Amino acid sequence: MFASIFGALESGIIFAIMALGVYLSFRVLDFPDLTVDGSFVTGAGTAAAMITRGLDPILATACGTLAGFIAGCFTGLLHTKGKIHALLSGILMMIALWSINLRIMEDAANIPLLGKHTLMTEMADFAKITGLDASLNAALKAVGLGESLPRTWGILILMLALTLIIKMLNDWFLQTEIGLVLRATGDNKRMSRSFSANTDRLTILGLGLANAWVALSGAIYAQYGGFADIGMGVGMIIVGLASVIIGEALFGTKTIARTTLAVIGGAIIYRIVVTLALRIEFFKPGDLKLITAVIVVLALVVPKAVDNRREKRRRKRRQAPADDRNREAEQRAAT
Amino acid sequence: MLQLKNVHKVFNEGQPDERVALAGIDLELKSGDFVTVIGSNGAGKSTLMNVITGVLAPDAGEIWMDGKEVTRLPEFKRSARIGRVFQDPMAGTAASLTIEENLSIAFTRNKTRTLARGVTKKRRAFFRERLAELNLGLENRLTAKVGSLSGGERQALSLLMATLTYPSLLLLDEHTAALDPARAALIAEMTERIVRASRLTTLMVTHNMQQAIALGNRLVMMDAGRIVAAFDEEEKKTLTIEKLLAVFQQMRSAASDRLLLNAFPPGAGLPGQGGE
Ligand SMILES: Nc1ncnc2c1ncn2[C@@H]1O[C@H](COP(=O)(O)OP(=O)(O)OP(=O)(O)O)[C@@H](O)[C@H]1O
Ligand SMILES: [Mg+2]
Repeated sequence: MFASIFGALESGIIFAIMALGVYLSFRVLDFPDLTVDGSFVTGAGTAAAMITRGLDPILATACGTLAGFIAGCFTGLLHTKGKIHALLSGILMMIALWSINLRIMEDAANIPLLGKHTLMTEMADFAKITGLDASLNAALKAVGLGESLPRTWGILILMLALTLIIKMLNDWFLQTEIGLVLRATGDNKRMSRSFSANTDRLTILGLGLANAWVALSGAIYAQYGGFADIGMGVGMIIVGLASVIIGEALFGTKTIARTTLAVIGGAIIYRIVVTLALRIEFFKPGDLKLITAVIVVLALVVPKAVDNRREKRRRKRRQAPADDRNREAEQRAAT
Repeated sequence: MLQLKNVHKVFNEGQPDERVALAGIDLELKSGDFVTVIGSNGAGKSTLMNVITGVLAPDAGEIWMDGKEVTRLPEFKRSARIGRVFQDPMAGTAASLTIEENLSIAFTRNKTRTLARGVTKKRRAFFRERLAELNLGLENRLTAKVGSLSGGERQALSLLMATLTYPSLLLLDEHTAALDPARAALIAEMTERIVRASRLTTLMVTHNMQQAIALGNRLVMMDAGRIVAAFDEEEKKTLTIEKLLAVFQQMRSAASDRLLLNAFPPGAGLPGQGGE
């Protein structure tokens, strides 16, 4: 139990980076970008291919991120310069990336990374050397959770730090002069152009950035899971959306910093819910996508239903005294 | 300052639903001119605005600004020097951004935008000062999302944003039409004050003849894509609604219902809802 929750926490934090990308395209740019399923693999494949060639994992991860940025820019180009519908641009790019990803992965549908020197082994080493593992495990033992100690704390802690850094980078960017017009472009293109914003270029930049985060998440996830697979991105967009929607529903969207934090929380909670659901005897691993779809539907429907209920009750309360008065008036009229 | 030379614009050319929106417009605005534009629905007023700002490319003719030809310049480049307020109060601001963030976008319209912070302390103080001039209390709501403002408040903010950087040209397309009479009067008064204080070269479309006569130093009347009458500073001083209607009737045997209807209840803003 503890081990699987711990794993869910780790992967949730990794997927949170992807969810931040999805937040950028879906929410900030108001662009339903389906490139994600492809660019996640682009990041994973690029990093895995470079790592198997013995290149530095940090460099490999950075190159994966860059590849995702370029992929996103192409989706933006299709939409702005090619005047292709947003959904279709993303789908076209997603399909194209399947072939491109296979090329990147040198025609291998799967690149194993077990036993390779990756970001994860580095993080684990870091935690061991600095004594982080020893001290945190001692703390766990002290509170009586000693029987199932995690392999390493390095991944969890360093990934959390990285995800938070990316969140803050995002928050900062969206407050800059360029970030503000980017947000305005997603909100009101006409207004944006009337204030001298090059909305085409901003859309391309925004989609590039969004897919850079997605690819970064893919590159890290490949190293975490120990492989890159050509099919690992299928349904990723829904996972990202689920994270955004759950996070926003649970933690609110008052400010940008709050929303991005909510998105990270949403990604982690989604992961934990899925992990717990899969522990139920009835479900098979293949049910994962169905569970995801149900979670998204619930996250979309439940908050609205709750609001409606509240609104109805409020109206009823307002109505009640008026009804009483009407009844009194009727009685008086009758007598 | 602004010069239009024989500008033509046809929609759906060669098709059964062909519409000639602009049929040879010649218009020159001197620096500091405030020209009001009237004309019936479909006369081509909004098309004229869109051609000036670069939303639409003219089929023929030239557009010059500050001595340079801008006919083929993309909209976002032209708008560094053109301020605009739309008829729809929702159109001129970004609802999901705060008041100060919207103002920051307006403030940087004629600058190269960088990765510097959009809303700095210094800018915030400046925004607060300018907002206070509107007398709507918006200066105390800098971090409120613009989506939470009323239509009138949003239109006042749009006007401030459009004029914040003293653009070479200010274009107003029925910008009081969607507001209630009191708000419309307020925005009209605000417009006059701002335009006068900064001596902005302005082109304003309105369906309110009273307003068209009261504001600005020149008036032009459009019909069927042409400028059918123009009144300069001297002529405009003695202009009345009756005279204007007479001219209009001369131009067309029957004056547009719309114009007649709008001419008579004098008073401020009228609920003109022209199709954009
Ligand atoms: N995008 C378009 N496609 C086709 N026809 C158009 C388009 N825009 C305008 N028109 C036509 O061009 C003519 C001029 O329209 P325009 O919007 O400029 O009129 P207007 O003077 O602004 O009218 P209103 O007072 O109703 O706002 C109209 O006949 C209109 O139907
Ligand atoms: Mg119009």
